[in-house]
Amino acid sequence: MSDDTQNHDGHSGSRRDFLYLSAGAFASVGGAIALWPFVDSMNPSADVLALSTVEVDVSQVEVGQRVTVKWQGKPVFIDRRTEAGIAEARDTPLDDLRDPETDEARAERPEWLVVIGVCTHLGCVPLGQTPSEPRGEWGGWFCPCHGSHYDTSGRIRKGPAPLNLPVPPLAFLNDTNIKIG
Amino acid sequence: MSSGNQQPVGDGLVKWIDTRLPVFSYLQKEYAEFQSPKNFNWFWNFGAILTFMLVMMILTGIILAMQYQPNTMLAFDSVERIMRDVNHGWMLRYMHANGATFFFIAVYIHMFRGLYYGSYKNPRELLWILGVVILVLMMATAFMGYVLPWGQMSFWGATVITNLFSAIPLIGDSIVTLLWGGFSVDNPTLNRFFALHYLFPFLIFGVVVLHVVALHVSGSNNPLGVDPKGPQDTVSFHPYYTMKDSAGLAIFITIFAFFVFFAPNFFGEPENYLPAAPLNTPAHIVPEWYFLPFFAILRSINFDVLFIEAKLGGVIAMFGAIFVLFIVPWLDKSPVRSAKFRPVYRWFFWIFVLDCFLLGWVGGRAPDNLVFEGLNLKVIHLGWLATFWYFFHFIILLPLLGIFEKPKPLPKSISAPVLGGGSAAASATAKPMEKA
Repeated sequence: MSDDTQNHDGHSGSRRDFLYLSAGAFASVGGAIALWPFVDSMNPSADVLALSTVEVDVSQVEVGQRVTVKWQGKPVFIDRRTEAGIAEARDTPLDDLRDPETDEARAERPEWLVVIGVCTHLGCVPLGQTPSEPRGEWGGWFCPCHGSHYDTSGRIRKGPAPLNLPVPPLAFLNDTNIKIG
Repeated sequence: MSSGNQQPVGDGLVKWIDTRLPVFSYLQKEYAEFQSPKNFNWFWNFGAILTFMLVMMILTGIILAMQYQPNTMLAFDSVERIMRDVNHGWMLRYMHANGATFFFIAVYIHMFRGLYYGSYKNPRELLWILGVVILVLMMATAFMGYVLPWGQMSFWGATVITNLFSAIPLIGDSIVTLLWGGFSVDNPTLNRFFALHYLFPFLIFGVVVLHVVALHVSGSNNPLGVDPKGPQDTVSFHPYYTMKDSAGLAIFITIFAFFVFFAPNFFGEPENYLPAAPLNTPAHIVPEWYFLPFFAILRSINFDVLFIEAKLGGVIAMFGAIFVLFIVPWLDKSPVRSAKFRPVYRWFFWIFVLDCFLLGWVGGRAPDNLVFEGLNLKVIHLGWLATFWYFFHFIILLPLLGIFEKPKPLPKSISAPVLGGGSAAASATAKPMEKA
């Protein structure tokens, strides 16, 4: 332990210090890498990921009707919008929006709006899926937890939520079947 | 504990064990003969009360875990089965649920005691910090425990609180997914919360041991905040404080038992007797009462601060409200411990207590509700005020008071104010008492 501090060409223990430091560095990096599987095991598992798509038959949904399906444990709102609702969403100037996004970009087929029904504030489920529930000042959805209002395109208009209701990845398999995820 | 040169205690088997493993001489030294200031008031009972509560919670918890099913399909029903079918299950569960409430009542009184009498000051800084670590662990444990019955408030409380982490820039969403083990609060979340809820009390137990070891190094503070000057200022822990602690504990347990047997759901939320429904949010999501002040601080930041969005700002403020407790020993610059001799701090202490109650009240109400119709004063406005004062008290007031406050003269010793003389006179009069 003590033989390395003054000798070796007058350098103060550089070789042993190097060994200590490099061994220590390898041990720390190795330890951190060994820890990763423990942490990563808490991430979504294969069976959870396998449930990450659902197919919905929307042939029974009337114009003006909204249905809720469960996708990845979260509610997904499917809205077969009325002409008035579509027009309202498309005519809104982007300047009026907190999270500017055109309705064209959110609803590929104007009649069908599909959004994740989780308020972007703190994760409550907004109301408005049935006619008896409040739909907020813009006729979309209203979150009762902290009073966020969404419009007929699911875009945030008023209240504490920072973002629009997100549109999940989706594909129209045919005219009556939607694949979410 | 190093007692290599110490005489073993007892005789026979006790002595045989003690020479090989000095547990008996340790107990004798640290819990029987241990010298404590003789002027403790009833607020010094809460250490013992908290120790009792921790053991009670671990015991009832282990028994409940034998009946509980940590699976989203079974959890709610298994709790109802404990309530209806398991022998004494209702009592064990109500003890555990109300135990959390009384654990927090005791810990908050214990902390306010520390703040009033300056128990965090030199040389007890680390003792205080360990206490705050215990508080943080307790909060995590209580939060995860509340999720386990898998009622509506369990589910939505877990959803809102875990969603807080999504406010962290860049990595927030990955952290939330990692916490959930999926894409929403679901079975993997419930499973891990159960595992951690079982683990954390033992971590708390470990930190409590450190807390007590640190206490036995520095010795206890006392209501006067002056150090004992000699044996005339102290009494042995046993029988004096074992008895006083037992008396206080008996009163505390009586109040606790009243709630367990006569008002078991007084502190609870009726909504949590509805099974968790992931597609249906309750109208008002409120945490348990002991989190309300912090919840109020979280919601009070409803505006952007520079580049920090409101959501992140609220999270920072909430965690900051706990973090600031860690640095209290260095924020309070006053050399005087007890508020008895700090005429200005004393007032601000009580204002701070009221502020915490106000935060709790605000946390339980919808932010946009009106407090006074005429003034257009909303709950959120009181939230702003109370949150401001919380941080103002710690960050501005405590350092300034240490500079500008003129403390009252301190007594020469613990005995002095009682006997009117110095410690020398006191020692003469105290001696016969010790023999008695």
